Amino acid sequence: MQSLVIVAHGSHLNPESSAPTYAHADTIRASGAFDEVKTGFWKEEPHFREVLRTVEGDEVYVVPLFVSEGYFTEQVIPRELRLEGWDVSEWDSDGLSADQATLVAEDVDREVHYCGPVGTHRAMTDVIVRRAESVTGDSDVGEGFGLAVVGHGTERNENSAKAIEYHADRIAERDRFDEVEALYMDEDPEVDDLPEYFESDDVVLVPLFIADGYHTQEDIPEDVGLCEDHTEGYDVPTAVDGTRIWYAGAVGTEPLMADVILERAADAGADLGDALATVRETTRVAAGD
Amino acid sequence: MADSTPTASEAAATGDDPDVPDIDLPSDAFDAVLDELGDPDDPDDELRFEGFTVAVSGDGRAGDADARYVLDPAGDDPRTGLSERDLHAALAERAAAVTDWYVFERVVGEFGPRRAFLRWIEDADGATVAARYAALAAGVERAWGQLRITARVTDRGERRYEVRHEADAGVPREELTVHDDPLDARDIVKLDERGRYRPLKTAPTLRGGWIFPDVGPKAVYETVETIYPATIANWHREREGELDVSHWRETMERQSGIYGVIRTWDRGEGYEHVNWVAEACCDDSQCLKRREWEYDDETDLDVDGGDGVFPCREPCSVVVSAARKWTRLESEQSRTYAFELTPSEKEQLEAIVDAVADGRIDEIREADTKEGANRYRARFLRAKLFDEDGNLGGVPTDPDDE
Repeated sequence: MQSLVIVAHGSHLNPESSAPTYAHADTIRASGAFDEVKTGFWKEEPHFREVLRTVEGDEVYVVPLFVSEGYFTEQVIPRELRLEGWDVSEWDSDGLSADQATLVAEDVDREVHYCGPVGTHRAMTDVIVRRAESVTGDSDVGEGFGLAVVGHGTERNENSAKAIEYHADRIAERDRFDEVEALYMDEDPEVDDLPEYFESDDVVLVPLFIADGYHTQEDIPEDVGLCEDHTEGYDVPTAVDGTRIWYAGAVGTEPLMADVILERAADAGADLGDALATVRETTRVAAGD
Repeated sequence: MADSTPTASEAAATGDDPDVPDIDLPSDAFDAVLDELGDPDDPDDELRFEGFTVAVSGDGRAGDADARYVLDPAGDDPRTGLSERDLHAALAERAAAVTDWYVFERVVGEFGPRRAFLRWIEDADGATVAARYAALAAGVERAWGQLRITARVTDRGERRYEVRHEADAGVPREELTVHDDPLDARDIVKLDERGRYRPLKTAPTLRGGWIFPDVGPKAVYETVETIYPATIANWHREREGELDVSHWRETMERQSGIYGVIRTWDRGEGYEHVNWVAEACCDDSQCLKRREWEYDDETDLDVDGGDGVFPCREPCSVVVSAARKWTRLESEQSRTYAFELTPSEKEQLEAIVDAVADGRIDEIREADTKEGANRYRARFLRAKLFDEDGNLGGVPTDPDDE
């Protein structure tokens, strides 16, 4: 019996924090790729500490719904899941290349496949592009548009910026958008100065965050100048200093994220049948059809 | 016939136990019996039901046309040489016992927490099949947190369950919002009845107004586990004597990052601060789990752990987050402040703290100025006693600000 466990941060304060996790779990359930799909959280229940004991299967894949490698994926999750003998060297990662480690979870005395985070997977690049399609309602968006991929920056985690650059570079290589830039919240190039980094009249701004919350709904819209105060709301697009900014909100809410979760499990050996193709199709942006 | 032991349905017919329902043996249950007897990994095995066993006699293979069976009622003469048709007739007379086996072995399955929970609901490890089927025909009720779970048996021996809020006991079904997908419960648990987010799913603030009127064994388990995550798993471990409790000290020692500071709150000067945490957060009025963690494995806390049916095995993330705040606050040194208060003003401050701590603010009526925590009373107190900087009695919090 094959089981998927999606682990995410969750929140004590924001009721919508877990919404993307649940939505992607539902998409994957509907694909039939796993006998069961469970969710576990750091700030909600079941907690990381207890999620594995709710799992029935004997072939267990744990996929962290986090944007980069770092404190959570390297310390908190393995510790709380009680992965015996975990050491970050198990992943042998340069900060972007963690794939999976197979370890016994002491809690249930069973092997689990502990996967790298979704945010650094190559398939995440497609989700960022799909997010741009969703927010513009144009499945061919690219020509005449710039794309800004935005993240925290290195202040809290050096790998955070690596993930942003990795995806921005990959999208730039595709020559789909006129310009692609990686911007940050707490270091240069800063998202506050977005119009200075683009010549295009239209720029899609995609924050590399899992869930909408303080950073994506308050910080970034105010810093970029989409609104004076987030409580006022903002239009999509909103013109700032002559640049029309199409603000996409957290990329993690894009339905195609379910595909990246599946890719992580597949890389770790999960047998998915045709679920990958199914999920890519069912999560396609309707507006472009 | 050698078989003289009355089956449940025969007993019902003779009036020995009039409440036991008649059960029709469904073909899937009979097929499962043949399937089990024909298991090539276990060919000699006899299949045990309550009160009798069934086995294949001779060299035949269960399910084959020429197979013969033996049915052995304990303490009585076995019936041998039964054809499949004879076996079906014999099992149909004992349909309650056969469907009971079928439900737990084939429908519920092996998964420990689910199996234990569903057996507990109907006391399957204590009561006889006849007694349970009689009780299930009338409906067996169990409480789990704020849930009321009612189990029933159909005339085919299947189990069906109803789940609703305890406060909705007796409310007609049509007045409640009907659900059948266990995952719907994620929306039920998200907000309380006033629309506020519930960060702790075992808080006694589950809203009512909904019902899962008719779900099967797996779905009732999933529904309960969605409303109260991991509570069945932990309850099951506790029943097996295997609950892995992590006490306060080890839990806080484990914390890192912004929560690493909490371990500095334990200064080897006793555990009164943890009593206060447990009284604040873990009381039954705040959380329905029964707190099993203590200060450490040698030092119990002095406050009650509560009466919940499911255990709490370690300080949860809500407690850890709050403890981080208290670690900071409790590192401050106390000071002496001098205020002038009337006796009633002192009591009013106490009433305000009580009202907030007990979540009673919304119960205090707008014009009920007898209540110290009444809004007009509080506004009057503020107008009278606070200076323009919000200092009580005009006394600055930090004496250097004077």
